[in-house]
Amino acid sequence: MDALNALVAFANFVLVPALAYGSQLALGALGVTLIYGILRFSNFAHGDTMAFGAMVTILLTWAFQAMGLSIAPLPTALLALPFGILATAALVYVTDRTVYRFYRRAKAAPVMLVIVSMGVMFVMNGLVRFIIGPESQSFADGARFLITAREFREMTGLAEGLAIRTSQAITLVTAVIVVAGLFWFLNRTRTGKSMRAYSDNEDLALLSGINPERVVAVTWVLVAALATIAGTLYGLDKGFRPFTYFQLLLPIFASAIVGGLGNPLGAIAGGYVIAFSEVTITYAWKKVLTYLVPETLEPSGLVQLLSTEYKYAVSFAILVIVLLFRPTGLFRGKAV
Amino acid sequence: MSGSLRGLMMFALVAGLIGLTGVMQGWNSALVILNMGLVSAIMALGVNLQWGFAGLFNVGVMGFVALGGLAAVLISMPPTTEAWAAGGGRMALAMIAGAATILAAIFVWRRMAPGRRRALAMLAVITVGFIFYRFLFGPARDAIEAVNPAGTGYLGGMSLPILLAWPVGGVLAAGAAWLIGKTALGLRSDYLAIATLGIAEIVIALMRNEDWLSRGVKNVVGLPRPMPFETDLQSDPAFVAQAESLGLTAVEWSTLYVKLGYTALFTVVLVALLVLAQLALASPWGRMMRAIRDNETAAEAMGKNVKARHLQIFILGSAICGLAGAMMTTLDGQLTPGSYQPLRFTFLIWVMVIVGGSGNNFGAVLGGFLIWFLWVQVEPMGLWVLTTLTAPLPDSSAFKEHLLASAPQMRLLTMGVVLLVVLRFYPRGLLPER
Repeated sequence: MDALNALVAFANFVLVPALAYGSQLALGALGVTLIYGILRFSNFAHGDTMAFGAMVTILLTWAFQAMGLSIAPLPTALLALPFGILATAALVYVTDRTVYRFYRRAKAAPVMLVIVSMGVMFVMNGLVRFIIGPESQSFADGARFLITAREFREMTGLAEGLAIRTSQAITLVTAVIVVAGLFWFLNRTRTGKSMRAYSDNEDLALLSGINPERVVAVTWVLVAALATIAGTLYGLDKGFRPFTYFQLLLPIFASAIVGGLGNPLGAIAGGYVIAFSEVTITYAWKKVLTYLVPETLEPSGLVQLLSTEYKYAVSFAILVIVLLFRPTGLFRGKAV
Repeated sequence: MSGSLRGLMMFALVAGLIGLTGVMQGWNSALVILNMGLVSAIMALGVNLQWGFAGLFNVGVMGFVALGGLAAVLISMPPTTEAWAAGGGRMALAMIAGAATILAAIFVWRRMAPGRRRALAMLAVITVGFIFYRFLFGPARDAIEAVNPAGTGYLGGMSLPILLAWPVGGVLAAGAAWLIGKTALGLRSDYLAIATLGIAEIVIALMRNEDWLSRGVKNVVGLPRPMPFETDLQSDPAFVAQAESLGLTAVEWSTLYVKLGYTALFTVVLVALLVLAQLALASPWGRMMRAIRDNETAAEAMGKNVKARHLQIFILGSAICGLAGAMMTTLDGQLTPGSYQPLRFTFLIWVMVIVGGSGNNFGAVLGGFLIWFLWVQVEPMGLWVLTTLTAPLPDSSAFKEHLLASAPQMRLLTMGVVLLVVLRFYPRGLLPER
């Protein structure tokens, strides 16, 4: 019984949150890795692209709520999501046309594009703060829990409860659908194949008649979709605040690099690696351990390796360790 | 010589802008902008050293600046003797234990043959060392933070003159840069960027949460000042007479006097650094750096030790940022770890360097002044523009209210647009490298 209680406590405080967070990171890292694979630069504006997508979704959610539209028990945000994706896709496409294309044509060094993306980051960050303000916003509605801790306890008779929030369940389901769709697109469709060819060998792809502008445009649309979905899911799960999206840049990049920049499969694996390390290292294990060890050995402290404020230090440490021992990431990335 | 003429004109323009601020908004505001402009220019010099000279992509400026601020506290504040008695010794022991663990782990890694046994041995050393460190650290921290938490609750500093904190801030930042450089400089540029971004976040997290060291978000206020207090000046009859002879009230002249004092101090530092940087740029060392930046392989083939040179200039540039950070904290008179934001302290400095002209020291300084001026003045200008644009709307309009409330956010937007426009049309900056 104790072992079962320990397992439930573990699931409640570590497994479920880390799975949800890992899915959000994986979706974000997929966007970063796609840009890196096709356009060959690290996009510093990605966090703010996520914030922009989430913002449009939030504004539309409010509009739908005001109109009385609802898909309860699911959050209205899911209804607004497609429109958020459209708006974000339009924004990044225009950004590419007005900003990035010039440097691509000039064959500028990748680091130049990184600096350009810093400028885009400023603009998008300012845009989001200008439109919705720097404060935190809440937009989640519908049923809050799939199953609450109390229901779970009553159902199973265990001392520990397992709560699953709707947002966590939605995150996981959406992530699976999106990733499956993305891989189907990349591996099965003609456009997807041309994207992979372009990423593997640009010159060869150009010789075989692949239109680079089309590949780039499709990439940006995909990235916008991924960023908006990741941003909205993160906002549903943890609340929307422009600054936190900027801070997400670090774990997202860590995920993409740990997995191997330019490798979509790696980005997903990296997302979960980072999320699980962050959650397990900053979680106070006392609760789980009290079920597992005899009473005499019960820990007196919280058994928390690092306080939660240092979660960025964890993703950073994982990043450094992987880079030192396996510079191309867990899955072979493009970068050397 | 057209290059220097252009530079002169640009600097005259900035001087004119600050002068205009003095005439329109008062000389007090102008001096506030000028002083922070001087500090910004020094930060930009540091980043220019790394990026302009050597092509190192450091986006962890904020971390080094914050370390400089920490140095100001550690040097100048009076020590909390009760806290030292309560847990100072144990804290020192904990720090030694932590350092010894890391050294032991590195020793094991270097001395043992590669393989599973080495990995296990290192893991064991780290685990045992970490547990031991936590065992020492926890009680020591609690003891220190329990001493008068509302007033002190930290170890305090060394009660030394705050001007000494400036070089110490540089040394502290240099030490951190050495650690980072050792691990991250071998990586490709994007990775170095992410690594420095992460280090900066960690430094800030440390300063926010390690209350025993920096009081965390409780802030350290009332740092000693290199300049006299305004109130002391106002009660000095000789000073009042001086103010009257200038046709100013004692209050006005005292605030200006103190700010001018800071201006003088900062100018001395900036000019000294600028001279050094110019000499370095023109020296064989500077030529070697640019050769490495432009073609690493060729420089290496010529027998230059690229890695060592990169480490060297990374440390130098970071030290300058740390120095500037200590100066800024001195100017503010307080350390507020909550106020360090990467957009303001890392990316804004980058905008300064790129807009000013990377690779050109004068360009970086110019960018420091110009961008800082814009950063401060865009807010009132944005408010004015929005007020004018929304004037036809009724006062009760929610849209108008929202727009006016959002005016402070215009800054980021403007900075981004400025950066993008400069990158597109003047990719080498306002004062290009010669």
